[in-house]
Amino acid sequence: MSPYVFFPLAATIIAFALGVVLNRHPIRSALCLAVTLFLLAVVFVFLDAHLVAALQIIVYAGAILVLFLFVIMLLNLEADVPLKRRRNMTLAASTVGVIFAAATLRPLFFGAGELPGIGLEAPVDAAFGSAEAIGHRLFTHFVLPFEITSVLLLVAVLGAVVLAKKRMG
Amino acid sequence: MLIDVTIIVIKVLAVIGLVMPLAGILGWIERKGSALIHDRVGANRASILGFSGAGLVNTMVADPIKFITKEDIIPRGADRLLHTLAPCINLLPVLIAFAVLPFGDVLIVGDREINLQVAPLGVGVMYLLAMMSLGVYGVVLGGWASNNRWALLGGIRGSAQMISYELPMGLAIVSMILTYNTLDLQEMARAQGELLWGWLPAWGILYQPVAFVIFLIAGIAESKRIPFDLPESESELISGYFTEYSGVKHLMFFMTDFVEVIIVSGMITTLFFGGWQVPYLSATGFEFPGDTAIALPHLLVVVLQIAAFTIKTVFFCWFQIMIRWTVPRFRYDQLMQLGWLGLLPLGFVNIIATALMILATQD
Repeated sequence: MSPYVFFPLAATIIAFALGVVLNRHPIRSALCLAVTLFLLAVVFVFLDAHLVAALQIIVYAGAILVLFLFVIMLLNLEADVPLKRRRNMTLAASTVGVIFAAATLRPLFFGAGELPGIGLEAPVDAAFGSAEAIGHRLFTHFVLPFEITSVLLLVAVLGAVVLAKKRMG
Repeated sequence: MLIDVTIIVIKVLAVIGLVMPLAGILGWIERKGSALIHDRVGANRASILGFSGAGLVNTMVADPIKFITKEDIIPRGADRLLHTLAPCINLLPVLIAFAVLPFGDVLIVGDREINLQVAPLGVGVMYLLAMMSLGVYGVVLGGWASNNRWALLGGIRGSAQMISYELPMGLAIVSMILTYNTLDLQEMARAQGELLWGWLPAWGILYQPVAFVIFLIAGIAESKRIPFDLPESESELISGYFTEYSGVKHLMFFMTDFVEVIIVSGMITTLFFGGWQVPYLSATGFEFPGDTAIALPHLLVVVLQIAAFTIKTVFFCWFQIMIRWTVPRFRYDQLMQLGWLGLLPLGFVNIIATALMILATQD
């Protein structure tokens, strides 16, 4: 991935990611998140991972975020959360954020040499990122995590049904 | 390099230049078709200098002028930025989805092979699904940013409907992927050029009639037209999510509906009706069963292929418009039941049946 593509793209992604956190309006925050996820898909395209890019848009930008928007609109969240509760929320969110940032930044400081530099045009074979290659890896090398994820999703679906039934009855 | 870029630009302009006027023509066919079905005189008010005889041409000139010269209104209390962005966000994904539809095989000019598809993507079908799934943003934002209750109701109905019907559409596509064993739309179109038992063109609908029905219903629901027009439903919500739009922005929402009709028709054509395939036409000419062959020049073959794709697509556009004026609107609970209890399980059963069939016929 050429630095001329990477740096403008990364800067835009970070700008929109900041927009998610700093916007006062939940709808605009959600939209910034949508743009962030979409641009991440663009990064995947430049890294030759076409299938992952398409899935990123279908699953995250196209489905999950639309549900977010849906919920925000239905609840019509305005700034009527009590001040104390909002402060607690800010505290909790920033703690989690710092932990995640630390985990993400750790390799930069302690694992120098593990990460390939940008602009390094590592040769990839033609099948890289294709549906066949990913499917093959998924059903051989990563079959256990894959199956565990599907069980997790099943549990989530059943949980949602149980909660909805309880409210109805 | 320069020639490659020029070829791509020409392909893009050709596709957009076909789709946009077709959307306008469909607007006229819709009005004229409704008049025919209602048994009344219709769509004859656009007169240019007192001449109203050339219906289609007049409407295609008068419509844009009418929309462009209207006042652009942003209601008080609306989110000005998102209100303006929504029509663009609505139109863009549908338009760029056309990039992966193959409208012909390869055109050979000199020693250069031109793939008649704007973007030959290996994951073409997934790209189409991704773009279709982005279409819901324009609806939701238009409905929300207008600061109008009818618009908001329309936007919320729209998002619920489009998410619900994306699933059966995806399932229908999965069974087509299983059938053709590829994600590439051009490969799918090529695979449909074969003959079954030596005489029957092996179009997708012969392998997957159930997937076709699911896809057609889900496709109409995705383009939010009667009987699935709950997000707009004029009798309840004025005009639904684009109630508060006027002028060119209204035109953009209006156009998006027709462009969606065209893309759904294009997808039906590519997945189920052979794409650009003309029955018995191969790269060198017609080869009829029974050893009769008519050789044709390469250019004529390509023109026939492009014409076949266009005619099939336009036919399904017309078909969708006829459905619109034939059936009444669903109630909301009926809509959800059809999607979640009807199409979704049917889609799953179809996938499992397809997989079992493939397993059984494999050697």
